[in-house]
Amino acid sequence: MQVNEKKPLIVAFCCNWCSYAGADLAGNNRLAYPADVKIIRVPCSCRVNPMFILRAFQRGADGVIICGCHPGDCHYTSGNYFTRRRMAMLFSMLDYLGIEKERTRVEWVSAAEGAKFAATMNDFAEKVAALGENKRLEDLRCKR
Amino acid sequence: MQRIGVFVCWCGSNIAGTVDVQAVSEALKLEPGVVFSTNYQYMCSQAGQQIIKDAIKEHKLTGIVVCSCSPRMHEATFRKTAAAAGLNPYMVEIANIREQCSWVHKDVPTGTEKAIILGKAAVAKVNLNAPLTPGESPVTKRALVIGGGIAGIQTALDIADAGFPVDIVEKKPTIGGKMAQLDKTFPTLDCAACILTPKMVDVAQNEKIRIFSYSEVEEVKGFVGNFDVKIKKKARYVNEDVCTGCGACTEKCPQKKVPNEFNLGMDNRRAIYIPFAQAVPKVATIDPNYCTMLKTGKCGVCSKVCTAGAIDYKQQDQIIEEKYGAIVVATGFNPISMDKFEEYAYSQSKDVITSLEFERLTNAAGPTAGKLLRPSDLEHPHTIVFVQCVGSRCENCAEKGKEYCSKICCMYTAKHAMLVRDKYPDTEVYVFYIDVRTPGKNFDEFYRRAVEEYGVHYIKGMVGKVTPEGNKLKVQASDLIMNKQVHIDADLVVLAAAIEPDKSARPLATMLTASMDTNDFFTEAHPKLRPVESPTAGVFLSGACQGPKDIPETVSQAGAAASKVIGLLAKDKLTGNPCIASPNEQMCNGCSSCERVCPYGAITYVDKEFRMPDRTTLMRRVAQVNPAVCQGCGACTVACPSGAMDLRGFASAQIIAEVDAICK
Amino acid sequence: MSHGNNNLKEELLRISGVNPKKCMRCGKCSATCPAYDEMEYHPHQFVVMVEEGNIEPLLNSDSLYKCLTCFACVERCPRGVEPAKLVEAVRLVATRRQGANHLKPDDVPGKLDEDLPQQAIVSAFRKYTK
Repeated sequence: MQVNEKKPLIVAFCCNWCSYAGADLAGNNRLAYPADVKIIRVPCSCRVNPMFILRAFQRGADGVIICGCHPGDCHYTSGNYFTRRRMAMLFSMLDYLGIEKERTRVEWVSAAEGAKFAATMNDFAEKVAALGENKRLEDLRCKR
Repeated sequence: MQRIGVFVCWCGSNIAGTVDVQAVSEALKLEPGVVFSTNYQYMCSQAGQQIIKDAIKEHKLTGIVVCSCSPRMHEATFRKTAAAAGLNPYMVEIANIREQCSWVHKDVPTGTEKAIILGKAAVAKVNLNAPLTPGESPVTKRALVIGGGIAGIQTALDIADAGFPVDIVEKKPTIGGKMAQLDKTFPTLDCAACILTPKMVDVAQNEKIRIFSYSEVEEVKGFVGNFDVKIKKKARYVNEDVCTGCGACTEKCPQKKVPNEFNLGMDNRRAIYIPFAQAVPKVATIDPNYCTMLKTGKCGVCSKVCTAGAIDYKQQDQIIEEKYGAIVVATGFNPISMDKFEEYAYSQSKDVITSLEFERLTNAAGPTAGKLLRPSDLEHPHTIVFVQCVGSRCENCAEKGKEYCSKICCMYTAKHAMLVRDKYPDTEVYVFYIDVRTPGKNFDEFYRRAVEEYGVHYIKGMVGKVTPEGNKLKVQASDLIMNKQVHIDADLVVLAAAIEPDKSARPLATMLTASMDTNDFFTEAHPKLRPVESPTAGVFLSGACQGPKDIPETVSQAGAAASKVIGLLAKDKLTGNPCIASPNEQMCNGCSSCERVCPYGAITYVDKEFRMPDRTTLMRRVAQVNPAVCQGCGACTVACPSGAMDLRGFASAQIIAEVDAICK
Repeated sequence: MSHGNNNLKEELLRISGVNPKKCMRCGKCSATCPAYDEMEYHPHQFVVMVEEGNIEPLLNSDSLYKCLTCFACVERCPRGVEPAKLVEAVRLVATRRQGANHLKPDDVPGKLDEDLPQQAIVSAFRKYTK
């Protein structure tokens, strides 16, 4: 095991209309953030099933972040409100299971906030890295 | 098993500068399902697209992954490329290795490593892609406008102008709405009737427009492009096609004591009436609550004086069924009730009036024929107090007022104050305000003129109490600048009542499955970018039903709504987004969880027959998604407790495959 | 701008349960106040001054005892700020500061006159029962 050398693995779910565009804007402006962050595009943050997050942790992710449109700006009117409530529930359960609250986050990033996207990812990656590797939910059967 | 082709783009040096594209294409060649992998300088160029087309044919590809810029940039391009080569366009996935990789990471090993992972995730997703075909639905080329005020009138005229038939449904006997009741309009002070009535005549004469007056929408079914609407035409006991609007009946009717709602009850009309001289349609209506003939069967005067023979006491409500492609809501507003504001003595004194009543008092066609006389004794008032924000910006008194700013009051109060000082310079006019809000073209100049040229006394503060005493109204108020309490003996007090959406809006929103805010204003699809569309496809918003608005704003929104309707009706067929929710009927238990979270009302339930293993059949309630209405947000997929609901193009299995690929 | 007595301000807000930030400066409380002319500081000033932490002048003012606690301002305030509760809280703080009372029980009978509303006497006594 190369515990100390392993870079943290962060899965970011970004909604297609705001946050994914925000991530693109961060790219356009060449605002660097750690390569540990891997983005998965979803139509709306409300498409993120808690199952996906559990799966990510099971497969060895060290942090999961969900980005959506700002409250009131959802392309689908109310999707991010669902996200906010669902994730509040899920994160408190994960906390109970021993996945620290710093490993999970919901953040609102608009299509105009490239700088905020990069700053958020830098901050999140830093916090996750400080916590070290996450093995709490890891499914060893999946280990290669 | 899919046969997947991977195409890695250099994007000149944009990608190739930080990502070893050769290494990426070689690494991805080893992924399950990948049968072909290459890289090229500019995939989006003509030559690059040709490489993709050739590979699809040569290697019989069933899916492709393009590792390039953001899908927001070129997904559509590559989908077209795939379609041109005979591949279903939804079998294309993009791995974003430019904006989200090469541009944000500095060194080649890191960039290459991440690009490979992103490519693997895209390959994993394509492996589970299925060909999708967007649904098509026809468009009924006719629009419905609900509400015949200035908003509805303008929308209908603009749609008809583009050549599409329009129906206006108005619940009152005439179109015209609130604007017909106004005297002058700010900030130019032209008379409301002079600019509105020609438009009403245009509506009446336009061959493309039908007016269903004295009618209400009863039922709405269907979806964008295909609404089935039932309209109830209330019995007016007058044959509309025969009535000439001569008005003989309205002069002879013996029932004279009916409060005239057009003048807000400040004078009386007959039981058979035409609301005002310029009404459209100019047809009499019998008020069944007051007509002696309808109530007791004895009278019939109107029928005797009608030379056209238009009176029909046996007329029944009529249901009209019609198909529409688009629906525009223009239900407008009403001032709120002042009954609960006891401190202003509205219900105690006839001389405490609302601003709309004031409009009628100064209108030449109003109860005082345009002379400003106080309602109680018809004397000329010498001191008038205007109170702003009555019921507006009221946070804790939800049962009395409204939390929002009603927006139009500052301007119409300035207008009233100015007009009074102009016509009757011997009158002292006081305006009590919290803030004067005049953001609009020539608005602040207008308000300043009221103060500087017309000498209206604007006092920063609120009126606390109005007490009728003798023939005076004792007004107790605070002057915050002078820091004193002021007492004014007023002859007339005018309350700038907050405005609220019309009461018919809430049941209508339910029928249309259009969403509303807590104040019963219709919600727009996007507060900035789609302000005239409802989130429900095919439903558009015009005027004050969406939020407080003055006339210029209403007219511009009405035109915008019309242009959206024209854009919709101009299409012969609507092509849907194929990435929509779809339920697995075997797993669905009919619990309604998905229906409740759907912001579009796209989900309905049907009873379906299922064959059981023992050859019996079972009726079960299962969810059904309307492909023309679903926008593909996926809220339902997470709400579904049995996992029956899934989203095409972003299926749970696909996203999990991506997660797995990233986390390997 | 802040006059800085934040501890006292916090205490007042806690006792009264009032949030002065909700005030939109319309002055309806002062417009409706029947004791306005008697007061040095008016209801809307109580709200503003407490928000600024400028509380000492209020504690030393007669206005505390001129308030009839009729709650007209509470009833009429469009934003639910409840100025009378704030006045009462200031009054309470003044009472708790021993010896800072403006009104001694013994002085009350001497101040009574025909025109004094019953409610004023009741509220004047009320503070001694706290």
